[in-house]
Amino acid sequence: MTFVDLDVVGPAAPPRSNGELVFAAPWEGRAFAMALTLHDRGLFEWSAFQGQLIRAVARAEAAGGEFSYYRCWLEALQTLLDTSGLVDSASVDERTAVLAGRPAGHDHRHGDHDDDHDH
Amino acid sequence: MSPVPAPSDLPVELRTEALESILVEKGLVDPAVLDKFIKTYAEDVGPLNGAKVVAKAWTDPEYKARLLADGTAAIAELGFKGPQGEHFVVLENTPTRHHLVVCTLCSCYPWPVLGLPPGWYKDPAYRARAVREPRALLAEFGLELSPDVEIRVLDSVSEVRYMVLPERPAGTESLSEEELVPLITREAMTGVAKVKAP
Repeated sequence: MTFVDLDVVGPAAPPRSNGELVFAAPWEGRAFAMALTLHDRGLFEWSAFQGQLIRAVARAEAAGGEFSYYRCWLEALQTLLDTSGLVDSASVDERTAVLAGRPAGHDHRHGDHDDDHDH
Repeated sequence: MSPVPAPSDLPVELRTEALESILVEKGLVDPAVLDKFIKTYAEDVGPLNGAKVVAKAWTDPEYKARLLADGTAAIAELGFKGPQGEHFVVLENTPTRHHLVVCTLCSCYPWPVLGLPPGWYKDPAYRARAVREPRALLAEFGLELSPDVEIRVLDSVSEVRYMVLPERPAGTESLSEEELVPLITREAMTGVAKVKAP
């Protein structure tokens, strides 16, 4: 009840006052910004990303269920990075699985990587 | 080999984190730069920019002429440029012609003037119905257009990013450019609403 010192109605109001928050969850913002920064560095043309995004959106709609735009966005980015040889999807899958097992501590199930833990 | 859950079943937050950590290790992404992009689009770039463009066009006929002739240049005059703003086309709504913006395939949107797209713009139903039955869709947004108003649907699939110049509502003749700005909504600039007098 005390967050009222933000000017949410006047001309100086931040854009979110003119609608909803742009990212529903933090990961959406990170997925968005990763594509933007990689494009900024010249690693791919935006049209190439857009092409993957169109395909990801079409696949998601064909599959039905709840539609998540930024899931499509992340999938498009992963596919583009995989096909351009920058980051192969298998390594992302592996890293995701490692992160999923993280609370259990050092229980990496296979050590076929040179995991140089620096923590 | 112990069974590893399919990555698609794992939370998307973790997939995002995994991708970011790999990109950081490869030196392709700087987390601080990501933070900056996120903050910019979450807080600074939004429909307030477009509202300033519209208010200026309503109060400065020469600017309006430039805006309709070359949207990209006229919008850049106010300092608004950037990704998804390289080819702006601004179209004027009139009592007889109404424009509606959509991107049927992937939700392209004019970021520098409107910020990132809202949920309804990305929704599959909006994207499909804007083309198929725009009049019924607009009615659901609360905008009942008379049958003699022509509706033109602008599909942003190429590099062009569209913005609507809404009609200035009656009863706002005495308002200044600054006073007009807060009346102009994102919805009016995409064509799913009209601007209302205060």
